[in-house]
Order: sequence, then C-alpha cells, then structure tokens
Amino acid sequence: MRDAFTRALMREAAKDPKLTLVTGDLGFGVLKPFWETYPDQFVNAGIAEQGMTGLAAGLAMTGRTVLTYSIGNFPTLRCIEQIRNDCAYHNANVKVVCVGGGFVYGSLGMSHHATEDMAILRALPGVTVFTPGDPHEVEAIVPVMLNTPGTCYLRLGRGGEPYLHDGPIEGYTAPRALTLREGKDVALLSAGGILTQTVGAAKLLEEQGVSAEVVSFPCLKPIDREKLIELSQRFRHIVTVEEHSIVGGFGSAVCEVIAEAGANCRVHRIGMEDVYSTIVGTQQYLRGEYRMDDKAICARTLDWLKD
Amino acid sequence: MTYTDKTHAAFGGQPIDTADARVLAWLIRRHGLEMTHISRGSHIGAIFSLAEIMATLYTGVLNVNPAEPKMPTRDRLILSKGHAGAAVYAALAERGFFDVEELSTHYANGSRLSGHVSHKGVPGVEFSTGSLGHGLAVAAGIALGGKKDAADWRVFCVMGDGECDEGSVWEAALQAHQYKLDNLIAVVDHNRMQSLDFCENTIALEPFTDKWASFGWNVMQVDGHDVAALRAAFEQAKQNRGTGKPTVIIAETTKGRAVSFMENDILWHYRTPQGEEYEAALKELEAQRP
Repeated sequence: MRDAFTRALMREAAKDPKLTLVTGDLGFGVLKPFWETYPDQFVNAGIAEQGMTGLAAGLAMTGRTVLTYSIGNFPTLRCIEQIRNDCAYHNANVKVVCVGGGFVYGSLGMSHHATEDMAILRALPGVTVFTPGDPHEVEAIVPVMLNTPGTCYLRLGRGGEPYLHDGPIEGYTAPRALTLREGKDVALLSAGGILTQTVGAAKLLEEQGVSAEVVSFPCLKPIDREKLIELSQRFRHIVTVEEHSIVGGFGSAVCEVIAEAGANCRVHRIGMEDVYSTIVGTQQYLRGEYRMDDKAICARTLDWLKD
Repeated sequence: MTYTDKTHAAFGGQPIDTADARVLAWLIRRHGLEMTHISRGSHIGAIFSLAEIMATLYTGVLNVNPAEPKMPTRDRLILSKGHAGAAVYAALAERGFFDVEELSTHYANGSRLSGHVSHKGVPGVEFSTGSLGHGLAVAAGIALGGKKDAADWRVFCVMGDGECDEGSVWEAALQAHQYKLDNLIAVVDHNRMQSLDFCENTIALEPFTDKWASFGWNVMQVDGHDVAALRAAFEQAKQNRGTGKPTVIIAETTKGRAVSFMENDILWHYRTPQGEEYEAALKELEAQRP
C-alpha cells in the first residue's frame, strides 16, 4: 500500500505544483522518489508531530493541498488536538497519512500498534476517513482524497499487500463500498488492510459450505449507508472486521447505521476487544493472537451462524 | 445608553483617533474592562497586558484592510494566547472591521465573539486559538507558504510567556529557524505571570531571551507598554527580512497594566471586575485617557 500511495501521489504532484508533502522525519525508502522528484513540494518537519500538523495547517492556508505523513499513532494521536483545532475546525486542506494501521509494526510493541486511530479520527467533525483495503483501493482513493475539501485521514497498511481486486478501480466516488465477492449466507465487511484476512476467511467458509459476501469499505466516514441498509435486508448475520479496537471504529459505525435502520439483522464485531496489545510479533502472528486472522474470522463466523 | 456610547463616553463626543496607538490601547483596555464586566468573563489581566502590543500592530504595522479582511496581500496575525481574544475583537471593532456595539455580546449565548479568539464569522480574525502552543506552528506554516510563493506579506504571532511551557512552541521555534522564516515575527507578551503564579515559580523560563537566541532567532527586548518602542521593534523586524532568521520581540509587560490593584496580582487572571472593583478600575482608566 505504501508504494501504491507514493505512485498515486507522484501522479497528483505532477498535476498540482502546490501539492506539498510534510513528513515527520519518516518515510525512508517510501517517500524518496517523491523528495527526489519534487524537492520544492517536500518538507521534513522533524520528529515533531504537533509542529508538523500546525505547520501543515498554516501551509494549507496559503492555498495548498498539504499531506502530513508519519507512521503508527504519530501523525494522529500524538497531535490530535492540532488535527481537531488547527486543521478540521479551520477546514484546512490537510490530508493526514498514516502508514502502519493496526499491527503493521507488530514486533515494535504497543507504542507502534495503531488500534484506536479510526475511532478517534472518525469522532472529529469535518474529517473524512479513508481506510483502503488493498493497493488498488489506495490508488483509487488518493486522487479522491486530494479532491475532497477540508481535512482527511488516510489509513494505510504496509508494503507488499496482495492485490485483492481483479484490477484497477475505475471512477471511484466516496463513500462507495466495494463488493469483492458475492454470497448468500453471511456478509463479511472489512475496513483497511485486514481485507486480506476477510477475503481469506470467505474462502475458508466456502470450504465449509458457507457462502460469504465480502464488502470492503475504503471510506469509513462518511460511510456507505445505502450499502449497509441493503446488506442488512439481505443477511441475518453481518460480521465486521477491523485491525483496530471494536470500540468506536468500523464495527461501531456499521452498528450505528444498522441499528437506526431497524433491520432484522445481527452485527458481530471482530477486532481488538477494548484491550492494548501486550505481546509482540509479526502482523500475521498478532492477527492470530487477537482472533482476527482468516482462520479466526472463519471459525467465529461459523459459531455465530449456529445461533 | 448603548454599549458604544458607554465605552466612548470618556471622549465626550469628540472624534476618536483610533489610528493613534495610545488611543487604541486605551480603548482596548476600556472594552476589556466592559466586556469582562458584562460577561463576568476572565483574563482581564492578559487583555491589559497586551493592549499596547495589539494597538501598535493595528495602527500601521499590520497591512490589513477592514474593507477587505481577506485581502490576499494582507499581513497575517495569529493571537496564540487566545484567552486575550477580547483585545483583538476590540482592536478590530475600533479599526472598522465590525460594529463596536457587537463587543457587548462577548461570551453571550449565541455570540460569535467567544472567550477565546475565534475566526468563525468574525471579520479580520485569521485563526481561532484557545488551546495554548498552537499558534506559532500555524504561523510558521503560513510563513513557509508565503516564502514559497515569494509573497511580500508577513506573519505575526502573539504569544504568552506562560504559553512557552508548551513543547509545541519550541517545535515550531526549531522549524521556523530551519526553514529560515524571516517573514515571521513572534511577539511574546512577557508579563512573567501565568495561571496560578509567576512563571519563575512555576516553570522557570529565564534566561528567556537567551533561549530564543540559542534557537537561532533574531531577538529584541522592548518595553511592551511603550508604543514608540514597539513600533521601532516592528520596524527593525521588517529590516530583518533577508537575514534568514525569524524574529521574536520579547515585550516586557505587566499583567493587569493600568489598573493599580490588578497589576501583578495573579487574582486578575481569572477574576471578573464587578461592583466596587469595576467602578474603581473604570475611574483609574478614565483618568488615563489619552
């Protein structure tokens, strides 16, 4: 996803000479093509995320589209008040980009596990939240985000995720949800890089004779309400999957819509169950430990379907 | 009697020259007293502290235009110590950005003149603040954009000294130096007091000017109640363009300045002037009308 992001951003920077990327001294190996090609559109704010975000708000006020870039919780929680007061309240054209949503930096410890960012950013009025699930979604989202007025948040995974869509997504408009697989027994809804596991779970369920529909939500806020209401009418069980706390994030957003719609449908949330990660390991190891890898999604879904 | 009639009464119906910084500073204090009195609001000490700073800025230092508040070539001012917002509102109203009468709505239900300075719907206010330590980074970002665009306008940021406890101030101080923002002028209202006590008893800032100098800034120290000295410092800051360094003016001030019993008394950070205290403060102010 990182490389897809840089590719998409390079295309946009070529079209908009005022587009400016501000990093908090991170992105070695990711942003290098950008700063080599567009040195005048690149600012390193140093290891100073509050300063980075305030600086970005100010730059945006001079008629620029500005991106802030860092990893894990640094571009978000570390400077959340700058995002709220300086960016969102002022409708500043700042796009906050996080690499490492969820357990991407699993071995580095809980400081580097981004597991509440979606909830916290979603709570801020005026912030559009994007949670692409594969590199195709990233390439579709980046230009959409840059054309979205005001403050946005883009939650990326890591490098090297597989392509899950068959090809590039043409003509994407937010907040449309994207169906990757049709099914009739259960709907598996996913936001962010955990889409690999959600698609994998659908394949495992198929081996068990369960037909699962898989829908990705590359835009978390606003959320595709029409799609959710339609799904709630077609399925008795909906499972939400996020590499993130189940409190306030994607599962919560789905519940809000479906509860208000009054559908006869149960929502089951998969994610971090209001705990901090206290162990380390690879992203895939931690997904397994916290029961959100493909096998766990499959097993838990089968249990829920027995109800 | 209207709010405007009351706050202008000391001029006895004579024309009021708000382009005179001493007159404008007096009016800022007069409004500060009235606005905190009506609203039972706080921060009169801070409003009085920076009256001359704000008055000097709005009498010829800032290139701003009440007829076109968003004029692209305007100088940008951010009041980072947003709790003294009444001083900005008063200066803007007296300089013709909006009706003086509206100052009476400060803090009131449904008002756009919030306790901490707000830009929403208020002509002339560049940026909303209130949480301390935000303004300098935003000012630096605007200055960086201005430099990239080779713009002539400048960016001003008025901060408190207590505010300099915030780490984000020093992040921005480093960044402004790194990016050679010589179109950025910070002013610190150095009244040596913060919310609960004197700065030196809280989080010691001294040697304060040395700190800024060691961060690579042009530093000037002036009497923050002397409008001529302030004007000269702003003029020098203008000349600093081309030095590749941002400028900070450390304005030596007194919290609660101009009302004897408010000066240097921490009580008047939050206390609202009512009853005999209001009357006594008004009397002292009226005696000082320029």
